[in-house]
Amino acid sequence: MLAQFLQFTMSGLTVGAVYAVVGLGFTIIYNASGVLNFAQGEFVMIGGMVTVFAVAAGVPLPLAILLAIAVAAIVGIGLHRLAIEPARDASPVVLIIITIGGALVLRGIAQLVFDKQLHKLPGFSGDTPVNFLGASILPQALWVLGGTAIMVALVSLFFAKTMIGKAVLATAANRLAAQLVGVNTSVILAISFALSAAIGAIAGILVTPITFTHYEVGTMLALKGFAALVLGGLGNPMGAILGGLLLGLCEQLSAGYISSTYKDAFAFIVMIGVLLVRPSGLLGSKLAERV
Amino acid sequence: MTPRSILKLAALALMAGTTLGAAKAQDIKIGAVLSVTGPASFLGDPEEKTLKMYVEEINAKGGIKGRKIQLITYDDGGDANKARTFATRLVEEDKVVAMVGGTTTGTTMSMGPVFEDAQLPFISLAGAVVIVEPQKKWVFKTPHTDRMACEKIFEDMKKRNLTKIGMISGTDGFGKSMRDECVKVNARFGIEILAEETYGPRDTDMTPQLTNLKGKSGMQAVINPGFGQGPAIVTRNFRQLGLTVPLYQSHGVASKQFIDLAGDAANGVRLPAAALLVADKLPASDPQKPVAQAYAKKFQDATKQPVSTFGGHAYDGLMILVGAIERGGADPKVIRDEIEKTKGFMGTAGIFNMTATDHMGLDLSAFKMLEIKNGDWALAE
Amino acid sequence: MRGLIGNRWAELGAMALLIGLVGLILPSGYYFRVGALVLVSAIAALGLNLLLGYAGQVSLGHAGFVGIGAYAVALLPTYWGVPTLLALAGGAVFSGLLALALGRPILRLKGHFLAVATLGLGILVAMVLTNEARITGGPDGMPVPRLELFGTRIRAPETWYWITGGVLLVATFFAQNLLNSSTGRALRALHDSEVAARAAGIDVARIKGIVFAVSAIYASVSGSLLALLNGHITPDVASFLNSIELVTMVVLGGMGSLLGSLIGAAVLVILPQALTIFHEYEHLLLGSFIILIMIFLRDGIVPTLRKRFTERGS
Repeated sequence: MLAQFLQFTMSGLTVGAVYAVVGLGFTIIYNASGVLNFAQGEFVMIGGMVTVFAVAAGVPLPLAILLAIAVAAIVGIGLHRLAIEPARDASPVVLIIITIGGALVLRGIAQLVFDKQLHKLPGFSGDTPVNFLGASILPQALWVLGGTAIMVALVSLFFAKTMIGKAVLATAANRLAAQLVGVNTSVILAISFALSAAIGAIAGILVTPITFTHYEVGTMLALKGFAALVLGGLGNPMGAILGGLLLGLCEQLSAGYISSTYKDAFAFIVMIGVLLVRPSGLLGSKLAERV
Repeated sequence: MTPRSILKLAALALMAGTTLGAAKAQDIKIGAVLSVTGPASFLGDPEEKTLKMYVEEINAKGGIKGRKIQLITYDDGGDANKARTFATRLVEEDKVVAMVGGTTTGTTMSMGPVFEDAQLPFISLAGAVVIVEPQKKWVFKTPHTDRMACEKIFEDMKKRNLTKIGMISGTDGFGKSMRDECVKVNARFGIEILAEETYGPRDTDMTPQLTNLKGKSGMQAVINPGFGQGPAIVTRNFRQLGLTVPLYQSHGVASKQFIDLAGDAANGVRLPAAALLVADKLPASDPQKPVAQAYAKKFQDATKQPVSTFGGHAYDGLMILVGAIERGGADPKVIRDEIEKTKGFMGTAGIFNMTATDHMGLDLSAFKMLEIKNGDWALAE
Repeated sequence: MRGLIGNRWAELGAMALLIGLVGLILPSGYYFRVGALVLVSAIAALGLNLLLGYAGQVSLGHAGFVGIGAYAVALLPTYWGVPTLLALAGGAVFSGLLALALGRPILRLKGHFLAVATLGLGILVAMVLTNEARITGGPDGMPVPRLELFGTRIRAPETWYWITGGVLLVATFFAQNLLNSSTGRALRALHDSEVAARAAGIDVARIKGIVFAVSAIYASVSGSLLALLNGHITPDVASFLNSIELVTMVVLGGMGSLLGSLIGAAVLVILPQALTIFHEYEHLLLGSFIILIMIFLRDGIVPTLRKRFTERGS
C-alpha cells in the first residue's frame, strides 16, 4: 500500500518538476515584462536537443550541457530582441500571439537543424533503479528533483541578493521608476529572458534521460506550465513551483488510483476547483485582469 | 476600410495561394499526403524520405517506359482536416493519377472519399482494418493490419501457454485501434485480459499504470499496443518496476529507434513485424531476403538513420503502383485494375497478392515474431 | 470602434462583396474548399472576437465547442436518426447552455479564470471524443452523414462555399445587432471601464456570460459546418492547438473588428497552403509571418490598415 503510494508520488513529483520549472520560467518573464511567453516549452526542447546532438558529435557531457544552456540563453535574448522588444507597447494578447509565433519559428528551426526523431541521454548516474520502501525509483528522478530544488534556491537568491536581481524586481514593479533611478530596463528584460531560457534548458537536460526529447516536445509543456502558473498564482515564483508539482501529482495519482484514461481531466477539475475556492491561485497575490 | 484595400488583400491572398511550377506534360504525377511533422512524424518522415529516394532512382534510370515520375508531397501534420484539403489539392490542382500516402488511419479515412469521388487509386500506408474493411473500390493499403498483429501476438502467447494477460495501450489512433482489435479476437485464442490501462501520446511516465498491472495476481504477460515514445517509456518503466513477465510490443515500434530509446530494458521484448528488420538474419533461401536487404541498405546509406518498417510500407506502395503503371499505362482506371491484379509482388512487408476482394494482399506468413536480444532483432521462431 | 458600428451596413456589404467576388473568380474545387474553410473558421473567429474584443475575456478552449458542434452532426443523425439541421441546432444550443453554466460562476470572479476554465473544458471535450471510441470512433474519427437539402446531397465544395458564406453573413449581421443592442452598449461601457459600468448598474457577469454563450454557439455552428463539409471528422478539431489557432486568427485580424475575423481566418488558412512550396521551411515561415504581422500591424490587420488609410485620407 505504502509502496504503491510512494511509487505514484515519486512519479507525480518527477513529472510535476518539469511543469514547475516551465511555470517558473513563465513567471520570471511575466514579472519582468508582463509577457506570458508561450515559447517557454521550446527552451526545454532546446536544452535537451542541443545536449543530445553535442554528445553525439563527441562533446563531453558536462561541456555539452553548458553549451545547451548557453544556446538556450542566446535564443531567449534573441526572442526578446527580435520579436518582443519591437512590439513592446502592444497589448498583452498581441504579445502572447507573438510568442506563439516565436514557438513556431523555434520548432521550425529545430526541425531543420536537428531532426524529427526521438532522442535520449544516458542517466547521469546510470539507469539502475534504487529501492525506497518498496518503491523503485530511477536515480535520474532524484537528479530532476534535486536539480529543480537547487534551481529554485538559486533563482530566489538571485532576486533577493544580487543587484541585477533587484533591478529586475524594480523593473517589474515600475518600469518608469526603475528607468529614473538609472536601471537600464532593456538590459534587465534581456537578462530575464536569458535566465528563463536557461532554467528551461536545464530542466530539459535533466529530464531527457527519463522522458526523451523531440523537436515538438515544447507544445504540451507550455500548456502544462501555464496551468501550473495559474494554479499556483500568477506572478509568484514559489506558486508556479507548487502548482507544477501539484499538477503532476494530480495526474499520476489519478492514473494510479482512479483512471489512467481520464487522468488529465481530473488534474484540470482539481485545478478549477482550487481556483473557485482561491481565485488568485494557491500563493497568488497579484490579480491579472486579462491573460 | 475601403473596398479597394479589401480587394487588394484578397488578390494578394489568392496570388499566394496559387501553386507554382507547371510540370511537363509527359510526366506521371503521383501524389503523397504524409504526416511528416506532428505526433506521427516518426512514421511520416521515413515514408517521405523513402518515396523521394526511390522516385529519384526510377527517374535516373529513365522513368517508367521513358516517362518520368513527378512526386508531389504535402505535410498534413497528422491533422485529418488538413489532409483532406491537400487531397483535394492533389486531385483538383495537381491532377495526379494516383496517391501513395495517408500516414495515419485518421488521415486516410478522411481523404478516402476524395479519391473515391475523383476515381483515383489511393494506396494508404496506415494500419487499421477499417481502411479496407468494408472495402472501397479505389482504396488499397500496404501495411499489415492491427488485427493481424493481435493475432500474431496471441498465437505466440498460446504457444508459450500465457493465457492471462494485462494490456496497456496508447490513446493515440494506432494504440486505440489495435487495442480494439485485440479485445475482439483474444477469446478465439483462449486468452483472458485481466486488466487494462491506457496512457496519453505525450505522457512521460507510466509507472502508476504499470504498478497497477503488477498488482494483479496471475498475470502472465503484458501487451502494449502503441507507437512513438510511449512504448519505449512503458518498456523502461516495466523493467524499473521489476516486472518479469513477458512483454509484447506491437509492429508500431518496428524501428531500431525503439531499441535505442528503451536501451537494455528492450531485451526480451517480443513483437510482430515484417522481415525487413531482420533482413540479414533471414536464411539465404528466403525469397524476401534480397528485397529487404536492398531497401534497408539504401535507406540507411541515404538517410544515416536506422531502417524502419514504416518507410518500407511506402516502398511497397510505390513499387506496387509503379508495377501497375508499367503493365497498363498511366490511366487511373487502368492503374486501379492493375493494382488489384498485383500477384506475387515481393515487398518489404511480404508477398502481396491483391484480389478484387482483398485490397491489402498480405497474409500472416509475412509477419515474423521477433525478439530483442542483446540490443538487436532476432527471429523468435 | 464607433466608426465600425456606424458603418455596419458598409462592413456587411464589404464582406458580402468580398465573398461574392472571390467566389466568382475561384478556379477549381480545391480553391472553393480552401475558401469554405476560411469562411467556416471565420464564423468561429467572429464569435471569439465578440468575447475577446468586446468582453475582454480569452477562451483557450474554443475548439472544444467546435468539437461539440462537429460531433453533434456526426453522432445524432448516425445513432438516433436526428435530421442534420436539427442536430446542428442541438449542438449549438448545448454549447450555448454549457457556456452559460460554465461562465456563470467563473465570470463573477475578477481575472483570467475563463481562460483556465475553457482550457480545461477544451481538453476535456477532446479527451472524451478520443476515448469514447465505441460511439465516436476514437482518434481515427468517424464519417459524417451528408447534409441533404431539397432531396439532394450537398457535397460539392462550390456549394459549401456559398452556404458557409451565407452563414457567415448572417452571423455577422447577428453580431452587429448584438453590439447595437442594450447588451452591446453595456459591453462597450464595460470595455471602457468595468468599474464605471458596475456603478451604472450593469450586471457585468451576466453580460459577459451572454457574450460567452454566443461565442460558443458560433464555434459550435462552425464545427457542424466543418464536419458536414469534410464528411469525416476526428477529435483533432477540438484540440488545444486549434483553440490557439482561433485566438491567433482574432488577434491577427484585429480584436473588435468583425471584418478582421474574416481576414485573420483567411491569413491562417491560406498561408500554410501557399507555404507548402517551401517544404520543411513551412513552420519557420508561418511563425515569422505571424510575428511580423503583429509587430508591424499590432492592432491587427484590419484596424491598423483602416487607421493608416483614414490618416492618409484626411
